[in-house]
Amino acid sequence: MYIPLSWLKDYVEITIPVEELVKRLTLAGLEVEELRYVGLPFPDGSGREEMEGYLSPHTKISGLSWAPDKIVVGGVLEVMPHPNADRLVLCRLDDGQQEHIVLTGAPNLFPYKGLGLLEKPLKVAYAREGARIFDGHKTNQEWMILKRSKIRGVESYSMACSEKELGISEDHEGIIILDDDASIGTPLVEYMGDAVLDIAISPNIARNTNTLGIAREIAAIIGAPFHPPDYEVPWTGESIEGRVRIEIKVPELNPRFVLGLMEGITIKPSPYWVQRRLRLAAIRPINNIVDATNYAMLAIGEPLHAFDYDVLVERAGGKAPKIITRLAKPGERLMTLDDVDRDLDEFTVLVTDTAGALSIAGVMGGAESEVNENTVNVLLEGAAWDFINIRQTEASQKLTSEASYRFSRGVHPAMAERGVRFCLKMMQQLAGGTIAKGLVDEYPLPPKDPVVEVTPADAERWLGIHLEAWEMAEILKRLEFEVEVKGEHVKAKTPDHRLDIGEGVIGKADLMEEIARIYGYDRIPETQISDTIPPQYGNAKLEREEQIRDLLVRLGLQEVITYRITSEDREGQRFPQDAPKDDRPFLRLANPVTSDRVVMRHSLLASVLEVIERNARIRDRMAIFEVGPVYWVSEGEALPEERDQLVIALTGPREHATWLGADTSPMDFYDLKGLLEVLLDQLKMGERYYLPVEHPSFHPGKSARLILGESPVGVLGELHPLVHERYEFGENPVLAAELDLHSILERIPEAVTMLPVASYPPVLEDLAVVVEEAVAAKDVEDIIRKTGGRVLAGVRLFDLYRGEQIQEGKKSLAYALIYQAPDRTLTDSEVAKVRARIIEQLEKELDAKLRE
Amino acid sequence: MLDRIHTVKEIALKELEGVADQELLQAWRVKYLGRSAELGEILQGLKDLDSGQRPLVGREVNQAKAALEKAYESHEAELRIAALEQSLRYERLDVTLPGRPLPQGRLHPATQTLRRIYAIWAKMGFQVYRSREVETDEYNFELLNMPAHHPARDMWDTFHVTEPGILLRTHTSPGQIHVMRERAPEPIRVILPGMCYRYEQLTARSEIQFNQVEGLAVGRRITFADLKGTLTAFARRMFDRHVRTRFRAQHFPFTEPSAEMDIECFLCLGEGCGVCKYTGWLEILGCGMVHPTVLRNGGYDPEVFSGFAFGMGPERIAMLRYNIEDIRLFWGNDMRFLEQF
Ligand SMILES: [Zn+2]
Repeated sequence: MYIPLSWLKDYVEITIPVEELVKRLTLAGLEVEELRYVGLPFPDGSGREEMEGYLSPHTKISGLSWAPDKIVVGGVLEVMPHPNADRLVLCRLDDGQQEHIVLTGAPNLFPYKGLGLLEKPLKVAYAREGARIFDGHKTNQEWMILKRSKIRGVESYSMACSEKELGISEDHEGIIILDDDASIGTPLVEYMGDAVLDIAISPNIARNTNTLGIAREIAAIIGAPFHPPDYEVPWTGESIEGRVRIEIKVPELNPRFVLGLMEGITIKPSPYWVQRRLRLAAIRPINNIVDATNYAMLAIGEPLHAFDYDVLVERAGGKAPKIITRLAKPGERLMTLDDVDRDLDEFTVLVTDTAGALSIAGVMGGAESEVNENTVNVLLEGAAWDFINIRQTEASQKLTSEASYRFSRGVHPAMAERGVRFCLKMMQQLAGGTIAKGLVDEYPLPPKDPVVEVTPADAERWLGIHLEAWEMAEILKRLEFEVEVKGEHVKAKTPDHRLDIGEGVIGKADLMEEIARIYGYDRIPETQISDTIPPQYGNAKLEREEQIRDLLVRLGLQEVITYRITSEDREGQRFPQDAPKDDRPFLRLANPVTSDRVVMRHSLLASVLEVIERNARIRDRMAIFEVGPVYWVSEGEALPEERDQLVIALTGPREHATWLGADTSPMDFYDLKGLLEVLLDQLKMGERYYLPVEHPSFHPGKSARLILGESPVGVLGELHPLVHERYEFGENPVLAAELDLHSILERIPEAVTMLPVASYPPVLEDLAVVVEEAVAAKDVEDIIRKTGGRVLAGVRLFDLYRGEQIQEGKKSLAYALIYQAPDRTLTDSEVAKVRARIIEQLEKELDAKLRE
Repeated sequence: MLDRIHTVKEIALKELEGVADQELLQAWRVKYLGRSAELGEILQGLKDLDSGQRPLVGREVNQAKAALEKAYESHEAELRIAALEQSLRYERLDVTLPGRPLPQGRLHPATQTLRRIYAIWAKMGFQVYRSREVETDEYNFELLNMPAHHPARDMWDTFHVTEPGILLRTHTSPGQIHVMRERAPEPIRVILPGMCYRYEQLTARSEIQFNQVEGLAVGRRITFADLKGTLTAFARRMFDRHVRTRFRAQHFPFTEPSAEMDIECFLCLGEGCGVCKYTGWLEILGCGMVHPTVLRNGGYDPEVFSGFAFGMGPERIAMLRYNIEDIRLFWGNDMRFLEQF
C-alpha cells in the first residue's frame, strides 16, 4: 500500500532521512517495494531532479524532486481569453517576485475566464523557465525542461502545473489549485514536498494496512515519539438515540456494528490537501463525504460506509430505519455501486434494512442508498466482519474493494468504533453540519485479546539471545501491548488493534517474533548448532540416481531437463499419427496457464525428442538424456504414482569429421546398445537380455526390450519412421531408450565380491562358425559359454561376415575365446577337447559349420 | 701371419671411420666380424698351424676381434645418436593442429547447482530427503499453518488438478511434515530438494516449474542465532568466503520468527554492479524458526522442541552465479545454452 511520508508525520516524529527510514522498515519486515519522491530532494546530493534506481534489492526508487528556485507557489490574479485560441486562456500570475503571463488550457481555470481581477488569487503550482517536470502529454513519466516557445502567437516560458507534471498522480485534466494557506513565492517543495512509501503488507501484518499502523511500527523500530489520533468527538447535534436501530443475526460473522449520524452537511469537493493525500495513496477523490470515509480508512484502517440517511428513512416508510445484518436469502440480488446486478450466495452477509439489501457486508455498497450530491444527512457505518467469510464472498463474486482488501485480512472490532469517531470528525471538518450525539453500537461478540506470558528463558530458547525481562517489556510496550513484569515473567496483553497474536506456545512464538524484529535481527549473534547430531540415514536412491547421471555424462551425454507439465498432443507425438491413443488417464490440471501445459507426462520420451527437434538445426550430432518422474493415475487413488524414468536419445554422426579422419557414419542401434551395456556394466548389473519387441514408437526390426533378471525395464531402438516424420529432425535416424529407472535402481547390487585374479597363463584361440542368417548371435554365444564350462573364461565376438566366401543366406561369426583354469596351466589337449565339444554342440543345436 | 692380423685390423678400423649409416655398418660387420671374414678364417685355420704358433696367433686374432667389436659398438652408438638427433631435428608436428576430439557430456546447470548445494549441506550434516511432487492440500497448506481460506495462501499461486484436494506442490515444504512424521521424536537435519510448480505466466523472471531446496533442523536446542550462523556458513561456502549476510524480517506462515537472507553481492563484493542493481546486496533465501503449529503437526511438542527451516531456488542462484538473464533458458534446453556449463 502507498503511504505518504507527510501523513506518517501526523502520528510519529520522524527525524531520520526517509532513505534510512525505508531501510529500517524493510529490515523489520515492512518491505518498502518502492520509494517515490514527490518533490523532496534526492539523497545523493547530486542535484538530480528525477530518479530511477534501487535503494536495496527490494526497494525501487523513482520520482521527481522539485527545485526550490524553479517550482514555487504562484497566485493567479486574473484569467483572460487567449486572442487566437478558444481552448487556451492567459493568466496574470504572481510568483512572489514579479508578474508573468502564463498560458494554459486547464479546464478548471475556464470558470474564471473574463471575470477580471479575482477577489483573491488562485494559488497554483508554478514552474519557472528551466524547471524540470514530467511531460504531461507522455503516457509514462518522462521528464522535460521548460523552454521558451510561442504558442499561437503568444510567448510562453513557464507554466501552472498539473499533478501529472509534478509526479503526484496521473491526473492531467486540469492544473493543481492549492488551498488558500499556500503563500505566494514559497518553494513548492517546502509547502508540500513529499515522498510515498509503497509497503508490501504480508498477511500477518494486516493491522498495518493504514498510516497509523505503519507509524506505530516506525515509532517502535526507531524509538520515536508516537502520537495516535484523538478519538474524542465534538458532539454538536441531538442524540442519535431512537433514530436508527441495529439487529445482528449472525454475530460470529458480524461481531460488531457501529453507527453515527451527521446532519446538515454540504457535499462538495474536498480541499486540495485531502485530495492530494488520497491521490498519493492511489485513491481517487470523489466528494468530501466519500473522501472522509476513505481518508479515515487510510488513516487508521477501518473501512467505513456512508449511507444517505434520508433514503433509509424513506425506505422505512418515514420511520427510524432499522439496520439488519444477515445472510443472503436464496435468490436474493443486489445492484452494487459498480452497476452490477449481483446474484448473492447464501453464505454472503448483507447489510439490509426492512425494505431489503443495502450492501454486501464489508465488500461493496448498493447503488440506491449511496451518498449523492443532494445528500444532507449521512448515516455512517463502521463494522467488524469474519475475514474468511469476506474472502469467500470476494472469491465467489470476483469482487474486491479497498474495504474487502482490509476486512478479508482481519480488522479488529475495536477499530469499528474508532473508525466511526475519526470519520465523523473528518466529515464535519470537510462538509460542515452537526454530529448527532452518541453512537449506536451493537457488540455481541467482543474478541478475547490474548494475554501471553514470556520469560528470558523463552528468548534464550527461541532466539539464542539473553534479554532481561524489562527489555522484552520495553519492546512490547512500544507496540502498545499492556505489559506487567513480575520477576522473570512478562505478562503481555495484546492491544485491541491486532488479531495475529495466538494463545499459549503459539502466542509465545508470536511475541518472540515481535521482540526479535524490534530488537533487530542484526543484533542477534551467529552461532553453530549445539544440539545433538541426528541419526544418519543418507539417501541411497538419490546416490544411485546421481551415479547414473555421472556415468552417462562420462559417456559423453548431455543432461536435459524438460517440462513435466505437457499436453496430450505433445505426449501423443511419440507414437505414429494413427496409432491407438494412449488411453491411460492423465493427471490433469484444473487451472492450466496455457493450453499446451495441461497434463502431467506419461513419458520423458516425447519431451526429449522435442529437445532433439529444437536443436536439429544447430547441432547435427546429439547425445542427450533426462532423468525424472512420470505420473500414473490409478483408479481409487487420489495421488498418482510418481515413477522415475530415464530416457536417452542419440542422433547424428558417430564422430565429427576431423583432419585426422573419423567414423562419420550415422549412429545406429548398436551405438545405443553399447552405451547401455557400459552403463549396466558400470552399475555391476547382472544378467540382461535384449529381446525383439513391437513398440509403436520404435522401428519393429531395429528395437529391443531390455530385460534385467526376469523383468522388462524398457525399450531401446531406432525411432519408428512414422514417429520420426512427426518431428522436424535431420536426415539421420534417431535412437532412443525409454527405461524404467525405478526398476534399474532397485536392481543395482549393494556390494561387489572380488573374483580371484588368475595366476596361470590363459590359452587364446579364435573360433569362426557359419550359421543361418536367422540364428541370433546370442544363441551362438550362449551355447559356446554353456559348453565351454568353467575353463572358458571369455567369449568376444570380433567379426561378423556375410558375402562371397560363404553361402548366401548364411553368416559367419568369429569369436575370440579365452581358456583359463584357476589352478593350473591348461594343456593343448585339454583345450582341444573343449573346443571340439563346442563345435559339436553348435553343429547339433544350430546346424553351425566350422569356418576353416 | 701376425702382421696380416694387424693389417686387417688397421684396414677395418680405418674403413669403419667412413661408415655413415646402419646399413653400411652391418655390411662392415659381416665383412670383418662375420663367419667368412678374414679373421674368422684365420681362427678356423688355427688347427693347421703348428702348436708353437697356435696360441700366439689365436690370442692376436681374438684381441683384434675384440678391438673391432668394441669399435663396432661405439660406432653403432654414435650412429644411433646421430640418427636420433637427425630425426629429432626433422620430425616436427604442427602442434597447433587440433587434437583428436572426445565426446563431452555435461550435467544440466540446474543439476550442477543442486549438487553444489547438496555437497555443502552434506558437510554440515544435512542429508537429502525427497518427497512427492503431487500433493494434498493438507500437506501443502493445512499442516503448514495455512488452513483453508487463509489469506497467506494468496502468496502461492497454485496449480490444482481435477481431483479435489490434490495439487502440484508449490514448495517442498510438504516434505517437512513427511520427514517429521517419519522421524519424530529424533532430531532432524535434512534438506528437501525437488521440483515445484506455480501458476504463473511464463516470463524471463517467472516459471511454472522450478527447483527448490528447503532445509529443516529440529532439536531441543535450536535457536534463531543457530539459523543465522548456519545459513551464513552456507552462504560463505556457496558464494564467497568473505561474503556478509543480512537478515530481514519477513512473513511466512510456517515459520516464526521469519526472515529473508540477503548476501553481499559476490560479484562486486558489495561495490555495486548490474546484477545487484547497484545496491551491493542480493536476495537469496527465506528462512525462520519452525512455527509451533507445524512442529506439532509433525509430531514434535513445541514446548520442548524447536527448529529452523529455510528455502532457496537453485535456478535463481544459478542465474546470479552465471549471470543468466532469462529463467526460461533452463527448461528450453538449447544446446548452445547447456554446453556452456
Ligand atoms: Zn554486485
